[in-house]
Parts: sequence; structure tokens; C-alpha cells
Amino acid sequence: MRKLLMGNHAISVGATLSRVQVIAAYPITPQTQVVEMLSEIVADGKLNAEFIKVESEHSAMAACIGASTTGARAFTATSAQGLLLMHELLHWAAHGRLPIVMANVNRAVAPGWTIWTDQNDSLSQRDTGWIQFYVADNQEVLDTIILGYKLAEKVHLPVMVNLDAFVLSHTYEAVEVPDQEKVDAFLPPFNPEWKMDVKNPRAFGGLTSSDVYMEFQYNHHEAMEQSKKVIAETCGEFEKIFGRKYGLLEEYRMEDSEYVMVTSGTISKTSRIVVDELREKGVKIGILRVRTFRPFPGEEIAAALAGKKKAFVIDRNISYGKSGIFYDEIKGALYNKGMNLPLFGFVIGLGGRDVTPAHLHEIVDYGMKHDRPTEEIIWMGVKK
Amino acid sequence: MLDYEKYLRTRTFPLPWCPGCGIGTIFKATVMVFAKLGWNPDDLLVVSGIGCSGRLPTYFNTNTLHTTHGRALTFATGAKLAQPEKKVVVFSGDGDALAIGGNHFIHACRRNLDIKYIIVNNCIYGMTGGQVSPTTPGGFVTTTTPYGNSEPHFNTVEMAKAAGATYVARETVNRPRQLQTVIENAFLHKGFSVVEAISNCHINLGRRNKLRHPIPMLKWIEELTVPLAKAKDMTPEELEKRFVVGEFVKRDRPEYYDIYRETMKKAQEGGKHAE
Ligand SMILES: Cc1ncc(C[n+]2csc(CCOP(=O)(O)OP(=O)(O)O)c2C)c(N)n1
Ligand code: SF4
Ligand SMILES: [Mg+2]
Repeated sequence: MRKLLMGNHAISVGATLSRVQVIAAYPITPQTQVVEMLSEIVADGKLNAEFIKVESEHSAMAACIGASTTGARAFTATSAQGLLLMHELLHWAAHGRLPIVMANVNRAVAPGWTIWTDQNDSLSQRDTGWIQFYVADNQEVLDTIILGYKLAEKVHLPVMVNLDAFVLSHTYEAVEVPDQEKVDAFLPPFNPEWKMDVKNPRAFGGLTSSDVYMEFQYNHHEAMEQSKKVIAETCGEFEKIFGRKYGLLEEYRMEDSEYVMVTSGTISKTSRIVVDELREKGVKIGILRVRTFRPFPGEEIAAALAGKKKAFVIDRNISYGKSGIFYDEIKGALYNKGMNLPLFGFVIGLGGRDVTPAHLHEIVDYGMKHDRPTEEIIWMGVKK
Repeated sequence: MLDYEKYLRTRTFPLPWCPGCGIGTIFKATVMVFAKLGWNPDDLLVVSGIGCSGRLPTYFNTNTLHTTHGRALTFATGAKLAQPEKKVVVFSGDGDALAIGGNHFIHACRRNLDIKYIIVNNCIYGMTGGQVSPTTPGGFVTTTTPYGNSEPHFNTVEMAKAAGATYVARETVNRPRQLQTVIENAFLHKGFSVVEAISNCHINLGRRNKLRHPIPMLKWIEELTVPLAKAKDMTPEELEKRFVVGEFVKRDRPEYYDIYRETMKKAQEGGKHAE
């Protein structure tokens, strides 16, 4: 059924269709409607789940970890400061190999209190061991929650679905809401091999020695690496049932392109306007959208950029003292492929500053005019 | 007429709160106490967490620090230890003080550092649009309890008492004079001082509970208000849902910084651990 849904409600509907069993959350703008809608759905008896509004995000993730350890499908949602407060437990959930799915509404971090979007909240959780998706419309929001559970439960890793604050979270779009039977066919009940069970007692979270710790890490990394294949496979199953196609990356007008805008999140959609306009003028340009940030699709990005003349990486985030984060990772991915195409790194739209087609045209213009970048960051729109 | 204007950072006006919000009354009461005591604005530090109440420091023309959700007391503790001569006033909402920051609250009471803590209890998460808080009354509808709150609520005063605060009072925004008095007494007390100010959030609590305008919501507070003297003759059951107002604790106990200095002195003189 087609419905008009704001991004936050697309999350709630996705979680409901996934038949989550425990929801623990703490409110924070711009995530609040996710949990408010879920509390209503649960109270109305439309979803057989336990809902608890706990006393902080740290407790929310802890409750999800507890629930997931017992074999329940657990869900939470947060944003910015809330995600940062969870940091300790993000590591725990991932190293504990618990298939929790969380929606994070990308909001810039304080101080300089703000509620507007950028990606520094989730990108600074890079090394916690979570699978991270960056989505670009509300359909993808809903679908990625459902996909997320399937994937998480296959590879035993938690999944974070990131969406831009307000641009998606509070914006209504037409969304195809799948039938429950179809979702049930895609996503069977969660029944992990290892779980807390009174009839078969086990100990979780024990002390380890350096004899085994490193192997834990190795296995965690291997699971991440394998999850690339599993993402492709899961997306294939999803497409068969629901008819919508997703992957590690998304390409737009890339086939014969010479120039590439490399994007993530909703900027990707704004970029389509720019690409269409430039194509009209005969510029051979396309978009490579990075949908999965962890595991990082370095090989796939290198393959997509092979033979191109130039690429313009657009980051709504920053690693202070280095560069835009996607830019840095992509540059690293090309090195051992012997690829040396001019790669420009633009930082734009921090703290929710508007990113319009005009700004994106400026980015392309800049890239066209320069042979190679001379700086690690080309700042867009900074009042210096 | 008291000279209160020097405590106002008027260039940040107008105030941000909804018309009729009780936080304005708490703001005024605090400003008037500053003026009455005649404290130098430069000697004052006003700290807050996050929430509608967390926006208070912006409007004080003193040193101010607007911190993260739930952590106001921890920032304030650091500031007070670094500059013990400053008078430190901290504002928190009920969510800030009793949910996400609850741990810091009990330890601040225990430690008894000379900080003045004003908890704006509007029984709801005001800023984020009306989610249940640890002080939301039973049965009240919030955006996260659409069929009424089923959790028991905290009694802030009892918590502060049990954790060791040396000044504890509760008042409501319906009684601005009494509110001013307890804030003044808290400011003059040496040690960790707690004032719980019951406030109205007709927008995000009242609206969903047939109290959508300030006057009915203030009347609701008034009907539930019981002065401490009268409360002594009532049973715990009768008092369960009431706002008992007055001064509950006022006692001397060594203040943390004094103990700390004393310990340092001993350590430097003798260089020996206590036997
Ligand atoms: C770590 C973190 N989690 C959540 C939030 C979002 N948030 C802002 S204010 C607030 C609650 C406000 O309630 P309260 O403390 O009672 O203050 P009031 O607005 O009612 O004065 C929340 C949850 C945040 N800023 N930081
Ligand atoms: S939302 Fe409630 S607490 Fe916040 S300013 Fe409005 S009335 Fe006051
Ligand atoms: Mg409150």
C-alpha cells in the first residue's frame, strides 16, 4: 500500500513490519516521532513488543543488548548526543555480535548546540564495529530497517541506519509499505543459536585473556568483510520479493561518465538535478552514492571509478586535522589499485547549512577548472 | 526598587518560553534573589543542562554555562572546585536531574559541595515535545504513554534527603514569594542545596490532559499543593499525589571543598596517610 510517510514514521513502520520484540529508547530531537509512533502501535496491540522509555540512551542500548542476548529482536533509535552517549555500548553490542538494528537521525554535534543535520555523529562511531548504512529517501529508510534485520541476523552484527535530520526525518514522501505476509516471508522469526536461556544456562561477557582476545577481533572483522557479500545476497532476496533494488553503492548515469560526484545521504538526490542539467549540456557526469560505509566498499568504489577522468567527493562531515571522511577513505581505497585519478574532497553543509543545486554546480565547476586538488579540503560556503 | 536589571542579559531577549510557562516565574524569582543579596554578577556562575529549563542561563548577565543533557552538575562541580570563590547556581529539568542525570544528582547530594541546585519540575520532557519523565504523575497521557503513565514517580525531596543534601525545599510557581524565599535560603546555605520548583508545562503536558491553558494548569498545581505543616497530619496515601511545599532539610554538615582543603593541608604537612 502506498502511504505518505515522514522519514521518522518510515522507521517506525519498518520496525513494526520487522516484528521487533523489544524497543528501548530515549527521546531526542529529531528522532522523537520514531519512538512516539512505536509507543502507540505497541499500546494499541498492533505489535507484540515490549516498549520502554528508559532514562538515557546509554540505558536504551544496554536494554537492547540485554534483550538481544536473550534472543529477542531489539530496536532503538537516536541522534547526535544520544548516539555519542551510547558509544561504550555500541562497542559492546558489536563485539557481543548482537543483531540489533538502530536508526540514527544524523544531527550535528554540540557544542554549538544545534538540531540540524550532518554526519559527524555516526561517522565518529566508525570503529565500534557496527554495519552502517546511509540512506537517501524514505522508501529506503523503511526498506533498510527490514533489510537490516535480515542482514544483522545472518552475520551476527548490529546495523545502524542513518538518515539526514529533517531533510528526511520530518519530510513526507510517498512510500510503498510492504504487506506483512511478504515481510514475514523475507524475515523469519529471530532464533539465534547462542542465547540466554534458563533451560540451557550460559555465561556471557566473561573475562578473556590475550590468548583469545585477538581472535575475537579477527572474527569480528571477518564477519564485517563477509557481510559485503551477504549484503549483496540479501538485497537480491529483497528485490525478488519487493521489487526494489539496493546494494553497497548506487550509481546514477555512470555508464559512460567521465566525471563522478561521489555522495552519501540526501545530497545524492539533490546531485541528480545537477547531473541532469549538466548532461543536457553534454557533460558526461554521473553519481556514485556510497550507501554502505561499514563494511567499506573500497574495492567496489575503485571498480566504479576505474577509467574515469575525475571524481568529486562531497562530505557533510569532517575529520578535524584531516579531511572529509568519505574522501579520506576513498582515497585510501584507490592507492593499492594504482589508481591516481584526481580526487577532489569538498566539505559542505555542516550543521545543516543548506546544500542546493547551485552549491553542487559550484563543486563541479571547481573540479572542472583544476587539474588536481592542492588541498585536502575544499571548503564550500565558509565565511572565512 | 531592587536593582535587578544588571542580572539580565537583555540583548538575548525576548525569552524563549511559551506564553504562560512557569519557567519565567522561576527566572524572575532567581533574578530578584540575586538583586536582594546584591551579589556581583561577575562572581556568579549559572549552569544548566538541556531542556526548556536548560535555556535559563542564556538570559542571566553572569558567567553562564549551558552544558549537555543530564551533566550540568558535573560541569558545575569542576567549575566550583577550580574557582571556589564563585557562587554556582545550577538549573535542571526533571528529566535532566532525575532521569539521564540522576546519578550525578545523588552523588552531588552526598558530596555536599557548595552548589545551589534548582530543579524545574514540570513533570514532563518539555523541550522534546512531551515524553514521560520520572516525575510524570500516574495516569497522565504523554507522547510515549498514549494510554496513561503506568510508572511510579520519583519524590525529589525524599531522594535529596536520603542522599544527604543539606538544604532541601519545594515550592511551586503559583507561590512566587515563597519560591523566592526558599531560593534565597538555599543561596545563603553553605553546602549542596536543592530547590524543587513545581512548574506548569501546559503545552506539552497539560495539552494532553485537559489542562491546555496556563490558568487551569496552575489551578491543578494549586489544588494539589499542601504546606508542610498541614501535611504532617496527612497519611502517606493522601500525600502520594500532592506537592508538599516548604523547607524539608536545613542542616550543617562539613562542606566538600572545606574537607578537601583540610585533607590537602594534612597531606602536605605530614605527608602521611591516616593510620
Ligand atoms: C544525550 C541526550 N539525549 C537526549 C537529548 C534530547 N533532549 C533535550 S531536552 C530533553 C528533555 C527535557 O526534559 P527536562 O529535562 O524535564 O527539561 P524541560 O524541557 O522539561 O525543562 C531531551 C531528552 C539530549 N539533548 N541529549
Ligand atoms: S514546552 Fe512547556 S516547559 Fe517548554 S516553554 Fe513551553 S510551556 Fe514551558
Ligand atoms: Mg521537564
